[in-house]
Amino acid sequence: METALFYILAGLIVTFAAMTVFSRQIFRSAIYLLTTLTFIAGIYMMMEMAFMAALQIIIYVGGIVVLIIFSVFLTHKSGENIPGQPLGRHIRSGVLAALGLVLVLGVLIDYSFTPSMQAPIEATVQNVGRQMLSYTDYGYVFPFEIVSLFLLSALVGSIVIAMRSKEEKK
Amino acid sequence: MEQVPLLHVLILSTTIFFLGMYGFFARRNMLMILMSIELILNSVNINFLAFNHYLYPHQLEGLFFSMFIITVAAGEVAVAIAIIINLYRRFNTVDIEDTNTMKY
Amino acid sequence: MNVELSLLILLFLPLVSFLFLSLNGKRLSPALAGMIGIASLSVVTVLSLITAYGYFFEYGSVADVYQKLEPIKYEWLRFNENLSIDLGVLLDPISVVMLVVISFISTMVHIYSWNYMHGEERFQMYYAYLSLFTFSMLGLVVAVNMFQMYIFWELVGVSSFLLIGFYYTKQSAIAAAKKAFIVTRFADLGFLVGILLMSNGAQTLDFGVLIERLSVPSSPFTIAMSTGATFMGMSALAWGLILVFIGGAGKSAMFPLHIWLPDAMEGPTPVSALIHAATMVVAGVFLVARLFPIFAISAPDALEVVAYVGAFTALFAAVIATTQTDIKRVLAYSTISQIAYMMFSLGVAGWGEGHNEGYTASIFHLFTHAFFKALLFLGAGAVIHAVHSNEMADMGGLRKKLPITHYTFLIACLAIAGVPFFSGFYSKEAILSAAFHDNKLIYGVALFTSGLTAFYMFRLYFRIFWYKEAKADHGHGHDNHESHTWAMNIPLILLAIAAFGAGYIPFGHFVSADRSQVELPFHLELAIPPVAVGLIGILIAYMFFVKENVKALNVQQSFGAFYKWAYNKFYIDEIYLFVTKKVLFNLVGRPAAWFDRTIVNGMINGSASITAFSSESIKKIQSGNVQTYALYFLGGVLVVTSLLIYYFQ
Repeated sequence: METALFYILAGLIVTFAAMTVFSRQIFRSAIYLLTTLTFIAGIYMMMEMAFMAALQIIIYVGGIVVLIIFSVFLTHKSGENIPGQPLGRHIRSGVLAALGLVLVLGVLIDYSFTPSMQAPIEATVQNVGRQMLSYTDYGYVFPFEIVSLFLLSALVGSIVIAMRSKEEKK
Repeated sequence: MEQVPLLHVLILSTTIFFLGMYGFFARRNMLMILMSIELILNSVNINFLAFNHYLYPHQLEGLFFSMFIITVAAGEVAVAIAIIINLYRRFNTVDIEDTNTMKY
Repeated sequence: MNVELSLLILLFLPLVSFLFLSLNGKRLSPALAGMIGIASLSVVTVLSLITAYGYFFEYGSVADVYQKLEPIKYEWLRFNENLSIDLGVLLDPISVVMLVVISFISTMVHIYSWNYMHGEERFQMYYAYLSLFTFSMLGLVVAVNMFQMYIFWELVGVSSFLLIGFYYTKQSAIAAAKKAFIVTRFADLGFLVGILLMSNGAQTLDFGVLIERLSVPSSPFTIAMSTGATFMGMSALAWGLILVFIGGAGKSAMFPLHIWLPDAMEGPTPVSALIHAATMVVAGVFLVARLFPIFAISAPDALEVVAYVGAFTALFAAVIATTQTDIKRVLAYSTISQIAYMMFSLGVAGWGEGHNEGYTASIFHLFTHAFFKALLFLGAGAVIHAVHSNEMADMGGLRKKLPITHYTFLIACLAIAGVPFFSGFYSKEAILSAAFHDNKLIYGVALFTSGLTAFYMFRLYFRIFWYKEAKADHGHGHDNHESHTWAMNIPLILLAIAAFGAGYIPFGHFVSADRSQVELPFHLELAIPPVAVGLIGILIAYMFFVKENVKALNVQQSFGAFYKWAYNKFYIDEIYLFVTKKVLFNLVGRPAAWFDRTIVNGMINGSASITAFSSESIKKIQSGNVQTYALYFLGGVLVVTSLLIYYFQ
C-alpha cells in the first residue's frame, strides 16, 4: 500500500515537474510548480518528516510560489503565451540534461547503500526545537543566528534593489 | 515506506534535478528560470531527508540541512524577484536574452 | 673660512640658483631673477678668488711644488675593489686657474646679459640655464675622477644645447642646437670608449691614481698597456689617449669636428662669449692638460697626433675666418684657431726640464684668451645690439656711436694679434717659442697663422668701427647706444683691464707640467717674428679696410676659386651632409628603416593580428547570455565528473 502510494506520488511529481518546465504559459507553470511542491510534501510525510512537510507547504507553497505568482502578474499579461525559442537551444539543454541524468543514475545504480539498523529518533517538533536552539555539541543555535542575519540582509537587499533610484523618478 | 528502496527515492530526486536543469537552460523567461531553481533545490531537499531517513535515522542532521535550505531559498527568491522587477523596469522585459549588456 | 665649506658653496650655489630659477620661472620678475643669478655668481667669483689665493699662496705648495689636493672626495658608485666612481673636488694649478676663469667670465656675462637680454620672453630661464652651465663647468674642472668629468662633460653639453637653442622658435637655432649636441655627443662616444680603455688598463678611474700608474714607464700597468695588442701601429694606451682626445676635440671644435661651433653662434651673444669662446670649448684643452703626464711620458705618439691636429686646425680656421662676413662667425673661427693654438702647444710640449714650456704656455694662452675673446664677443654683442644685424655690410663707422665698445674692442684686438705689452703677446710668444724648440714645421704654421689672426681681427675691427658710415638707418634715431647700457659697459671695461693685464702674471710660477714653479723664458729673438708678422697683418687690414676701397676686392678676386672655397668653409659642412644624408641615410638608414618597417613591424603586427583574429573568432562565446555561460559550466562539470569517476577511478 505504502509502496504503491510512493510510486504514484513519484509519478505525479515527475509529471508535474516536467509540465512545469515544458509549459508555454508561465502562469500554468507556476501552478504546476505549486502542485509538484505539494506532492513533494507528501513524500516527506511518507518519510515520517511531518514537520518538514508542514514547512514545505507553509514556506514553499504558501510563500515562495505565491511570491512568484505575484511577480508573474506584475510582469505578464495573463493568458499570454511565452514566445517560443529556437529548437537548437532545447536540444542542447535537453541533451546535456539527459547526459547528466544518465551519468548520475549510472553512478547511483552501481552503488549499494546499507540501510541503518539503529533505533530511529522521532522528528517531532520538540526534538527539532531542542536541537535547533541547543548550544552544546550538535546544537544549531549558531547557524540559526547566522541564517536570521541572512534573512535580514536579504530583506534589506531586496528593498534596496527594487526601490526606484532618484534619477529614475525624474 | 521501508519497502521502497533508497535507490528509488534517489532516482526520483535526480530526475527532478535534471528536469530543473533542463528548464534552467532551455527557458528564457527569468521567472521560469527561478522556478527551475526551486525544483532543483527541492530535489536536493528530498535527497537530504532520504539519506537522513534511511541511513542515519538516529540523527536529525539532514532535516536541519533541508530546513536551512528552505530558509535560504526563501531569501534567494525574495532577492531574485527584486532583481527581476528592477530589470523589468529598466528593459521592460523579463527575457534573459534581452538583458545581455554583460558581454564583449 | 674653511676650504671644504667654501668649495661646496662654490660648486652648489650655481646649482641652487638654477633650481630656484627654473622651478619658480615666470613667478619671479625678470629683474629679481637676474639679480639672483648675478648675486650668486658674484659670490662664486669671490670664493674662487679666495680659493686661488689660498691654494697658490697658502696651503697649495710644499717645497715649491704644488700639490694635488682632494679636499672633498665621496665614493659614489663602486664597481669592484679597484674601480669606483667618486665625486669630489681636485685642486691643482690648472683646475684652480679654470675656477677663476670660469667664475669671472660667467659673472661678467651674467651682468652683461642683464641689459643684452632685457625684455626677452624667457629671461628667467636664460639665467637658470647660465647657472646650470656654470655649475656643470665648475664640476668638470674639479673632477677627481674620469667618470665624474664625463658626467659633467655631458651636463655642459646639455646646457650648451639649451642655450644655443634658446630662441627655440627660430628654425636655424634649433638646427644649430641639434648639430652642436649631435657632433659633440658623437665625439663623446670616443671619450667614453677611451675612458673604458684607460680604466681597463690602469684598473682605476681616479685621476690621481691613473696618472701615477700610467706615467711611470716601469709600472706594470704602463708596460701592459703599451706593449700589448697594437692596432694600426699604436698601442692600446696611445689609442685610449687618442680616443679621449677625440672627445676633447669634439668639445674644443678641432678639425674635423669643428663644424658645430660656427653654427652655435645662433645662441644669444653673451652665451657665445661664455660657452663658445671662454670656457666650454677649452674643456678639450683642459682634458689633455689633465692627462698630460700620461701623454708626454708614456705615449708621445698620441701627443704628436694632438700637435698636428691642433696645428692644422689653427691654420684652417684662420683661413676661413679671413673670408667670413658675419662678425660672430669670424669670432667663432678665430676661437677655433686660438684653441687649436693651445692644443698644439700642449702637443709640442714634452716631459722634463726644458721641454715643458708648451704646457705652461698652453694654459697661459687659455687664461688670456678667455678674457680677450669674451671681451671680443661681448663687444660684438654690443655692436649687434646697436645695429640689429650680424653682417659686416650693415656696419661701419661705429666708433663715434659706441666709444666704450670701440676702445675695449680695440684692446682685445691688439691682445689677440699679439701686439707687445698686451696679454696675448706674452702667451703667444711662449707658445711659439715652445713650438720653435720642438717642431719647426708647426712653428712655421703657427707663425703664419698668427699673421692671419692679426689680419682678420683688424679687418673685423676696421670694418665695424671705421670703413664708411653704414647707410642703413634702423629707425632708432638715437646717437649714443651706450648711455643706458651700464650693465653692458661694466663687463666690457673690466674684461678690457683683464685682457690687457693678464699677460703680466708670471704664469710659470703657478702652472707647469710637473707642478713645480718655473720661470717662463723670454726669448727676444723669438718674439720679433710674430710681432713683425702681426704688424704686417694689421697694416694690410688697415690699407684694405680703414676706408672704403677696392683693394680688398681685387685681392679677393685674385685668389678666385680658393677664396670661394674658404668662404664656403672648405665645404666641410657639405661633406658631412653628403656622408650623413647620402651615404649613411641611403646605405644604412634606409635598409634599416625597411627592415624595421617590414620585418620587425611585420612580426609585431603579425602576432597582433593573429591575436586579434583568434579573439575575434572566439569572442562570440562571450555572448553576455548568462544562461549560455551556465550551460558551458554544466558541460564542464559533466566532463570533469565523468573523468574523475570513470577515468581516474
